[in-house]
Amino acid sequence: MSATAVHSLWTTAAEPISKIPAPKIEYGQLSPTLIVVGAALVGVLVEAFVPRRSRYYAQVFVSVVALCAAFAAVVALAADGYGTTKAHIAAMGAIAVDGPSLFLQGTILLAGLVALFTFAERRLDPAAHGNRVDSFAAQAASVPGSDSEKAAVKAGFTTTEVFPLLLFAIAGMLIFPSANDLLTLFVALEVFSLPLYLLCALARRKRLMSQEAAVKYFLLGAFASAFTLFGIALLYGYAGSVSYARIAQVVDGTVTNVDPALANTMGNDALLLLGSALIVMGLLFKVGAVPFHMWTPDVYQGAPTPVTGFMAAATKVAAFGALLRLLYVVLPGMRWDWRPVMWAVAIITMLGGAIVAITQTDIKRLLAYSSIAHAGFILAGVIATSKDGVSSVLFYLAGYSFVTIGAFAVVTLVRDAGGEATHLSKWAGLGRRSPLVAAVFAVFLLAFAGIPLTSGFAGKFAVFKAAADGGAAPLVVVGVISSAIAAFFYIRVIVLMFFSEPRPEGPTVAVPSPLTMAAIGVGVAVTLVLGVAPQYFLNLASQAGVFVR
Amino acid sequence: MENLIALLIAAPLLGAAVLLVGGRRLDAVGQWIGTLLSAASFVFGLILFADLLGKNAEHRTLTQHLWTWISVGSFQADVTFRLDQLSMTFVLLITGVGSLIHLYSVGYMEHDERRRRFFGYLNLFLAAMLLLVLADNYLLLYVGWEGVGLASYLLIGFWQHKPSAATAAKKAFLVNRVGDMGLSIAIMLMFTTFGSFAFGPVFSHAGDASEGKLTAIGLMLLLAACGKSAQVPLQSWLGDAMEGPTPVSALIHAATMVTAGVYLIVRSAAIFNLAPDAQLAVTVVGAVTLLFGAIVGCAKDDIKKALAGSTMSQIGYMILAAGLGPIGYVFAIMHLVTHGFFKAGLFLGAGSVMHGMNDEVDMRRYGGLRKYMPVTFITFGLGYLAIIGFPFLSGFFSKDAIIEAAFAKGGTQGWILGGAALLGAAITAFYMTRVMLMTFFGEKRWQPDENGNEPHPHESPKVMTIPMVLLAFGSVFAGGLFSIGDRFLNWLEPVTGHSEGHSPISAATVTGATMVCLVIGVGIAWAQYGRKPVPAVAPRGSLLTRAARRDLLQDDFNHVVLVRGGEHLTRSLVYVDHTLVDGVVNGTAAGFGGLSGRLRRVQNGFARSYAVSMFGGAALLVAATLLMRAV
Repeated sequence: MSATAVHSLWTTAAEPISKIPAPKIEYGQLSPTLIVVGAALVGVLVEAFVPRRSRYYAQVFVSVVALCAAFAAVVALAADGYGTTKAHIAAMGAIAVDGPSLFLQGTILLAGLVALFTFAERRLDPAAHGNRVDSFAAQAASVPGSDSEKAAVKAGFTTTEVFPLLLFAIAGMLIFPSANDLLTLFVALEVFSLPLYLLCALARRKRLMSQEAAVKYFLLGAFASAFTLFGIALLYGYAGSVSYARIAQVVDGTVTNVDPALANTMGNDALLLLGSALIVMGLLFKVGAVPFHMWTPDVYQGAPTPVTGFMAAATKVAAFGALLRLLYVVLPGMRWDWRPVMWAVAIITMLGGAIVAITQTDIKRLLAYSSIAHAGFILAGVIATSKDGVSSVLFYLAGYSFVTIGAFAVVTLVRDAGGEATHLSKWAGLGRRSPLVAAVFAVFLLAFAGIPLTSGFAGKFAVFKAAADGGAAPLVVVGVISSAIAAFFYIRVIVLMFFSEPRPEGPTVAVPSPLTMAAIGVGVAVTLVLGVAPQYFLNLASQAGVFVR
Repeated sequence: MENLIALLIAAPLLGAAVLLVGGRRLDAVGQWIGTLLSAASFVFGLILFADLLGKNAEHRTLTQHLWTWISVGSFQADVTFRLDQLSMTFVLLITGVGSLIHLYSVGYMEHDERRRRFFGYLNLFLAAMLLLVLADNYLLLYVGWEGVGLASYLLIGFWQHKPSAATAAKKAFLVNRVGDMGLSIAIMLMFTTFGSFAFGPVFSHAGDASEGKLTAIGLMLLLAACGKSAQVPLQSWLGDAMEGPTPVSALIHAATMVTAGVYLIVRSAAIFNLAPDAQLAVTVVGAVTLLFGAIVGCAKDDIKKALAGSTMSQIGYMILAAGLGPIGYVFAIMHLVTHGFFKAGLFLGAGSVMHGMNDEVDMRRYGGLRKYMPVTFITFGLGYLAIIGFPFLSGFFSKDAIIEAAFAKGGTQGWILGGAALLGAAITAFYMTRVMLMTFFGEKRWQPDENGNEPHPHESPKVMTIPMVLLAFGSVFAGGLFSIGDRFLNWLEPVTGHSEGHSPISAATVTGATMVCLVIGVGIAWAQYGRKPVPAVAPRGSLLTRAARRDLLQDDFNHVVLVRGGEHLTRSLVYVDHTLVDGVVNGTAAGFGGLSGRLRRVQNGFARSYAVSMFGGAALLVAATLLMRAV
């Protein structure tokens, strides 16, 4: 390096600091995310400074307050018109504050709150050595079955770190659907994925299975992230920017000032197609669409059930939100390219999920395949490429997430000596022993199946109608056929619960604390309200159905 | 005054509700509540009648709009009542005869434990029947139509502990369903043709519709009438319906409900007048049934079944008259009213006889009862004279008018229809004389029943005989009252219209021929049953007699054609369902199950193979996206 060059570096660096423009951050509009991140950091401090005995209470308190406050902030922003007329792009173009963002953030926060209740449940397992225990390992670092694990159990340790982890995951999920440039998108993806990998490994019972699930999830998740990142790089090469708005302009061909450094690649459609396909693939991995779904059953089965419920609900909401924004804001100009491909993905996802679920014998795996089929149904709404498509997907996600958390919460109640009794044969005759629990679960199953008067029907109807209006009638036909196939295995569980003889050594139904009861109660209430009187919420979703560009 | 119309229906409806909901508390007084409310309805009817009489002929149509029942787009159904001369006639007949029969039932059902329920059903019937005749549109009429069907079903099967009664009720219900289908199809056709099923629009626009459509509507209405009025080919239920208590047979299965078909046709005159083919079908059904019923009536030894055959035959006369068009409408209704009197009287007489004879119904076990039951004998005798058309009694005027009208139809049709009506008159005289002779004359033939109880024939209590006497007055005088001075004709003509036909033979000739037929019929009957003693066990009889005893093989026909046919059809449908439909369903399920089993093997638990799947998927995704751009 020549002396002049070095000198120039020095002089450049010596320029007054004021030459770097200070970023302008709209803290008020980002407050939901900031509150949750702040609370997560407080949670870390709680782990460090609060005595072990009080940590659980402190963590639950901090988390509940944070989620409620964040939800209040979302409501305040929406009431202030940020969802409709005042929608705009904040934080120097990184975060979009608009209808879909606020609706999905609200959904994620409420779902997170309900999931938090199931995380905090400490009455299902019998107390170990006089200490109440939750669903999580006493000490994550100890090897399963080792002396150190036994000592940790005996000492009454609990992994209260799950609460900050949950909050970090929620914070990432809040950013994910509102990210307005590709780098923010990627950062948000990692922010919510990494805590989830950890949470998956923390089951108190069947720890090896839990750890296996976490490793699989981590490996495959990292693999998918790599694809996404590669896609981001390609898109940057194509557009010379990671900003959604800028890329959209290039796709539309309305940009004329080409950066000379990128003159060779900019506007090269091969880069656009490759890059967008890879980013979409990363998002499809997160929503669990076929053929990127293989992690779902194993992870859902192995993870602690409260975590499964949270993952199945909130991850799906966040990932579909990001997918919607990507397809509707960045890539509408190439929808004739991506629509047929998404058609194919939606069809194999709907059919694949429904068909493989038929032969499942484990309730958690069954629900995992069910969630795959549901991802297919939601994709049908995404493909509609209309405002109705957006709002129907928003509505579907809101209804679906509460049903899912509620259903997994019921799964935590049905137990035998080995913990949760997830094998379906053990559920035989449950309706005779515990009519209420079985009836509640039947409501959730009927909602999954899309029977009228449940949120599942209203959501499915909205999604299919949007898809049919958007010219995807064949997709709707496949959707209805898959729904019929899916109805088989949902109703088979109902038949099993109510019309089979109970097994003599069958499972017992634990009496939960008010926390899990609240989670299940909210699930039933939302399911029925959205099913019986969906109009208010459909209107809300419809108002929130416009992306800011 | 219009507001009274709803009360006509409300009174018996209230009675039905009170009696059926009230429970055992009302057991002691139930029969009087029912009778009083029925009588109240009759009083309202009289008030309205007086009101109508006080108006000019053209202002005698009252309507009362209660509420809009169904309003969906252009489909508009109102609860509106229409009281004109035609429905007024029916209201008086239904409530008048109905009240008398309520009164009679107080005595007849005295010892029945479920009496309260019986009166509840009777009131329900009255309400439904009044709704039927007062409705201002066909849909509301249909409600009444189904209502009387329900009441009829409940009352035929009232003694449900007897399997025969339960079966008869079911049979009546099923056969009526066939007719009801006709009515519902007719209403649908009206809606598609006229965009309405209210009387006003349908009748005023009838001229705009094609004759084909009108014929179709007419034939469907005829099918409905056949079911409700027991006309061939839907006649088979009426004989079995005699399983119900006798007051029910008198009120529902003689005087009122079975005449609903006649009402329907006369009410729809505007449609039939423009559909000559449908009218021809109506006359054919009427003529065939009047002979069919009469022949069946000749062979029955069960007094109620003989009267049931007679009812069928007399309604055949009415249907025949209704099919003749404006020549016959008035006479159809006039015969309907006089028949209401004398047939109700005859049935009540039969009930009175059974009441005194330990519920024996076989006329071969009667004989010589005139000495034991003088009041019953006289009232029954007057009814008998009326039905055979004895000069100057009710039936003489009304039946004679129908026979004349049949001839006045003109041409070959006129001769055939008139001839059938004349022949029917002769057979009527025969079988009614037979009933009369076997029951009240000759030697006493009664025997102890299987429990060894010797019947002790006795006259029925006043509560039963008074209605019989009142009905006998109607049997004697109603016809003359209506016919002299053409009172009934002038009353009804504004609604139904009237025209004189061109009879090829004079009225006097027809009357003379009728008298000759009457004498021949009575003579043959006397020769067989009056001069010779009646055998206590029925002789084998000719082929025709045996067929007639089996209701001219109607049930055998239905069994072979409909039941067997239906069984074959269902069996083949079940076969198709089991093999084809279930095969496809089970095959699909097995197919998906197998597919599922194969697909789940891909899920082998190895992260490496999952990663390969993802990589393959990503490659496909990229390739497909690029391909989409290429094509």
